Amino acid sequence: MDYSIIIDKSILVVLLFLVSLGVAAYSTYAERKIAAFLQDRYGPDKAGPWGLLQPIADGTKMFMKEEIIPAASDKLLFILGPCIFMTTALMTSAAIPWGKSLNIGGHEFSLQVANLNIGILYIFAIISVGVYGIMIGGWASNNKFALLGAIRASSQMISYELAMGMSIIALLLMTNTLSIREIVDQQAGFKWNVFYQPLSFIIFLVCAFAECNRTPFDLPETETELVGGYHTEYSSMKLGLYLFAEYTNMFISSAVISCLFFGGYHFPGLDSLDLPQNIAALLSVCVMFAKVFFFIFFFMWVRWTLPRFRYDQLMRLGWQMLLPLAIINVLITGAWLTYFK
Amino acid sequence: MQSLTNRSTVVHKRDMTFVERLYLPAIIGGMVITIKHLFRKKVTNKYPEVVRDFTPIYRGVHVLKRDEQGRENCTACGLCAVTCPAEAITMIAAERQPGEENLYREEKYASTYEINMLRCIFCGLCEDACPKDAIYLTDRLIDAKYSRKSFIYGKDKLVEKVDERVDVSKRKKKYTI
Repeated sequence: MDYSIIIDKSILVVLLFLVSLGVAAYSTYAERKIAAFLQDRYGPDKAGPWGLLQPIADGTKMFMKEEIIPAASDKLLFILGPCIFMTTALMTSAAIPWGKSLNIGGHEFSLQVANLNIGILYIFAIISVGVYGIMIGGWASNNKFALLGAIRASSQMISYELAMGMSIIALLLMTNTLSIREIVDQQAGFKWNVFYQPLSFIIFLVCAFAECNRTPFDLPETETELVGGYHTEYSSMKLGLYLFAEYTNMFISSAVISCLFFGGYHFPGLDSLDLPQNIAALLSVCVMFAKVFFFIFFFMWVRWTLPRFRYDQLMRLGWQMLLPLAIINVLITGAWLTYFK
Repeated sequence: MQSLTNRSTVVHKRDMTFVERLYLPAIIGGMVITIKHLFRKKVTNKYPEVVRDFTPIYRGVHVLKRDEQGRENCTACGLCAVTCPAEAITMIAAERQPGEENLYREEKYASTYEINMLRCIFCGLCEDACPKDAIYLTDRLIDAKYSRKSFIYGKDKLVEKVDERVDVSKRKKKYTI
């Protein structure tokens, strides 16, 4: 048996794990900084230069805090909740192509853990498992606010997954494949899907906000109504895992958006530069991350601009607007592909 | 009814138009506003590193002045204590002994002089009342402390040091003696 593939993938998995956590950690910092800048403030700037060590200080604080498991809670599920949420958040990064293949001494090193031919299905499946992390955590807390937050989260995520899936179908009709790498490669040059499927992109983006529990859809954790939402009873690093996983989700969502609609690791003129393979691969990784970081910034930008929806408005938007709109988009795309192509 | 100022407008409750119901134009408008703030000058004062400029007539911790030869101006007349609306000032007067002429300007001086900084309202009336050019409010701040006693400032804190004079020229008035 060829062991090199196992070593390759292990290296990549560990690397991805570290990068995801690193990005999640620095997203908390970026969130505070961007919030501050958008509100004419400076944000954290005491820990290290420009406050760059702030995430480490926050993480240390999280670890040092007392671990509290409420007496009335279901201990096993209480611990399982954040574990599931974090695991699923990290698992989705496996199907995302982060760049072109590297070539180290004649050995091809793919920058994608698993080039699944059903990559999109896989990501959607894992994302929907993530709801269980919130639901179980909120339920096991045995607390009204946590339960309300969990119910809100699960109904919101289930509702928006429908519209999200439907918006992607229009895209899939065009690309004729479920493999994310193939979708990305089809967009080489400047043939980004966002130009062909703008409506699909907007619906997907809105749903991604809802899936990540971000403002304007952050109803599962409305501080004003639900104390802390589904993680009211959580403390110490279990709370940290929830918060971390949310930022990881945001990171993955940004990656998926840039892969599906913005050409992933491609940028206009990459092929015409005629670079050596490894340099091109590293450049493509940088391009991918630039796009991802832009979308993370976009998530935060929206958060500090918009107030949150009321819950009935949220449901109305999901079921009565986005879902029909997505279906109409599928029909139009289908008709166009059938009669004009 | 006729409007007096013409500043009030009549509000009509109407259904939103289709474009408004899309929300997207309003959202984009909002995001343009927030992104503009990203590049705007920050209003925060980085306090411990940068201290905000005080106004020239800021009224902070008092100083008991000395004259050019380093003698205390205060004669313990008690006018400041009398005029103090918060009754923050107390003092005990003493007579200058021979040989102390280099310490005190006149024959009478304050052997103790205390201001309770928790009572003081920093109105500056003591400064106005002083006939001897002795007490002034400065732009210095009171340090935070844990006990109430430490806020009663005695002569050790109030009287200016001979070698480090406190500049009060901004608060000097024409009619001081």
